[in-house]
Amino acid sequence: MSFLELKNITKIYPNGTKAVDETSLNVEDGEFVVFVGPSGCGKSTLLRMIAGLEDITGGEISLDGVIINNIDPSERDVAMVFQNYALYPHMTVFNNMAYGLKNRGISKDKINSKVNDAAKLLEIDQLLDRKPSMLSGGQRQRVAMGRAIVRNPKIFLFDEPLSNLDAKLRNQMRLEIKKLQRQMDVTSIFVTHDQTEAMTLGDRIVVINDGIVEQVGTPKEIYSNPNTKFVAEFIGSPQMNLFDCSIKNGIAKIGEAQVNLDNLININDASIGIRPDDIQITDSGKFESKANLVEYLGSDMIIYSSIGGQDFSCKLSSKIDVKAGDNFKFDITPSSIHVFDNNTNKKV
Amino acid sequence: MKFKPLEILSHLILILGVLLMVLPIWFSFATSTHDNVTIMTEGMKFLFGESFSQNYNKVLNEKGGWSEEVTAAKMFINSFIMAFGIATLKVVISAMSAYALVYFRFKLAVPIFWLIFITLLVPLEVRIFPSYKIVSDLGLTNTYTGLILPLVASATATFFFRQFYKTIPDELLESAKLDGANSWRFFIDFLLPLSKTMLAAMFIFMFVYGYSQYLWPLIMTTDEKYWTVVMGMKIIFTENYEGVALPRTGERFAYIILSMLPPVLVVVILQRWFIKGLIQTEK
Repeated sequence: MSFLELKNITKIYPNGTKAVDETSLNVEDGEFVVFVGPSGCGKSTLLRMIAGLEDITGGEISLDGVIINNIDPSERDVAMVFQNYALYPHMTVFNNMAYGLKNRGISKDKINSKVNDAAKLLEIDQLLDRKPSMLSGGQRQRVAMGRAIVRNPKIFLFDEPLSNLDAKLRNQMRLEIKKLQRQMDVTSIFVTHDQTEAMTLGDRIVVINDGIVEQVGTPKEIYSNPNTKFVAEFIGSPQMNLFDCSIKNGIAKIGEAQVNLDNLININDASIGIRPDDIQITDSGKFESKANLVEYLGSDMIIYSSIGGQDFSCKLSSKIDVKAGDNFKFDITPSSIHVFDNNTNKKV
Repeated sequence: MKFKPLEILSHLILILGVLLMVLPIWFSFATSTHDNVTIMTEGMKFLFGESFSQNYNKVLNEKGGWSEEVTAAKMFINSFIMAFGIATLKVVISAMSAYALVYFRFKLAVPIFWLIFITLLVPLEVRIFPSYKIVSDLGLTNTYTGLILPLVASATATFFFRQFYKTIPDELLESAKLDGANSWRFFIDFLLPLSKTMLAAMFIFMFVYGYSQYLWPLIMTTDEKYWTVVMGMKIIFTENYEGVALPRTGERFAYIILSMLPPVLVVVILQRWFIKGLIQTEK
C-alpha cells in the first residue's frame, strides 16, 4: 500500500462543475510529486481535497494507511503552504510558526526549540520578532515554509507557493524547496502551472487537464515520451512543434514536405510532434525553410519559421549563423518524432 | 518661516472651529466656578471664580431628587454602568453574530442578516412601549439589567463587523484550520485581534450612545437609585427650595461639566488604541 492513495477521486461543485474526474494516484513515502496543468484544470482542488479544505464528492483518499475522507483537516497531519502565504498578520514570525504547535498542546520549551531550529534552517532566525508586514516577499515565503516544517507533518502540500515571487527569487526558492525536501525526506505535493518548476522539482509529475490526469511519470518520461498531444504541448519550452498531416506507409505529408517515420503506419488525420531542439540544422539537410524571426537568448537562439503553411520553431546553439530572412536547411531524426492520432489525441 | 495665504486661511478656519467647539464648554466651566448670586446678577462668566470646590462638592455629595435619596455621584456610577454594559455587550454580540453570519454558511444567513439590518429602521423610541411591557413583565424595571438589556442588539455594529470579516482572506481561515484552530479559537485568536481597531471604534460609539440615553431610563426607572446622569440633568438642582428663590445655576453648570467627563475619558483612552491600530496597517 502506498503512503498516499487517491482512489477514483471526483469533485463536483454545487453549481454542477466537475473539477476533478475519477482521479487515481499513488504517492510513495518521501516522494516529491508535482501536479501541473493550466489554470482551472482542477490541480488545486485535488490538493485542497487532500488537505481537507474541500469536500470529496466521490472516491477515497488514504494517508499512511488511514482513510482520511472524513477526518478534520487539523487531524490529518498535513501542512500546506499557500499561494499568498496566508501568514497571520497580527502575530510575530515566531508566533506564526508556533501557533500550530500551541494548538496541539506541545510544551513551551519544545515549541521554542522546534521553532528556533526551523528558523535557523530557513535562515530567518533574525526575523522571529517581526510582523509579516515588515518582511519581504522571499522572507514571507520562508516563514510560510517554516510554519509547515515545525509541525513535522506526514505530508507537505504546496499550492503554487512561488508564483508571487520575482523570477530570480523564484529560481532560488525552487532550489531551496527541493533541497529542504531532500533533507527532511517528507512526502510532498507541489501544485504549479509552470512546467519548468514541475520539471525541476518533481520526482514524478502528474499532468492534469480538465480534471483528468493526462500522464504520470518522471520528468524524463514525460518529456521524452508524452502520452497525449496535451502533454506534448504543455511540457517543454519552447513548446513542441505539432504539424497536422496525413500519414501513409510511414511517410507524413506536411504540405509539400515529406517526413519519414520509423514506423510504417497509416493515419488520415494525425499530428507529428518534434521538439524544437530535435531539429538539426545542416547544410546537407533534407528540408529547407526561411527564418521568419530569430530570438537570441545568449547561448541559444530560437528560429521561428514555417513549413507547408504550418509554423514551427527550432532551438539551437547561437554559434550557428542564421539571421531573420535567411534560408536554412535542416534534418529531423525519425526516432525523435512523436506521432499522435488527432481523433483520440493520444500517442500512436 | 513664511506662511502661504492658503495656509493662513485654513488655519483661521481651523481655529474658528476649535473656538466654536471649546468656548461654550469653557463658558460653562468658568460659570460653574462662581456662586449663584454672581451668576444671577452678572450672567455667564468667562473668568475663573472662587466657588469651584464649593459647587463641585455640592454636586457630588448633596442628595437630590424628589425623595432626596440620590446624589449626582450615584447617577454618574449608574450612567457609567449602563453605558459600559451597553457598549460591551453590543460589541461582543455584534462581533459574534457577524462571525456567525460570515463564516457559518447556514441556509438563512442572508435573510437573517437583512432582518437584523432592517432593525435600523426601528429605533428604541419607536418600540418603546412593547419594550417597556416586556421588561416590566420580566420584572426588570428598576434594575441595571433592565436598563441595559433592550439596547444591546446593534444592527450598525453587526454590519460593520460583517463587512470587515468579509475582507479577511479565506486562506487565513484555511491555514488556521490546518494549524488546528477550531471555530472558537479562530474567533479569539484571529478575528478579535485583527479587528482591534474596529472594536475600539465601536466601543467608543456605543459607549456615547448608551451614555446619552434619555427616554429609556426615564421610563424604566421609578426608583431614584437607578437614575442616570442625562435624566438627572433635567431633574436635579432644578427644584426651588423653600425660602431660596435663586436658581442654582452654578451647581447645574458644574453638573454638566462633570457629566461630560466619562465619555471624554473613554474617547481619549481608546483613541490611542484606535490610532495605534490605524498606523500599523497590516496587509
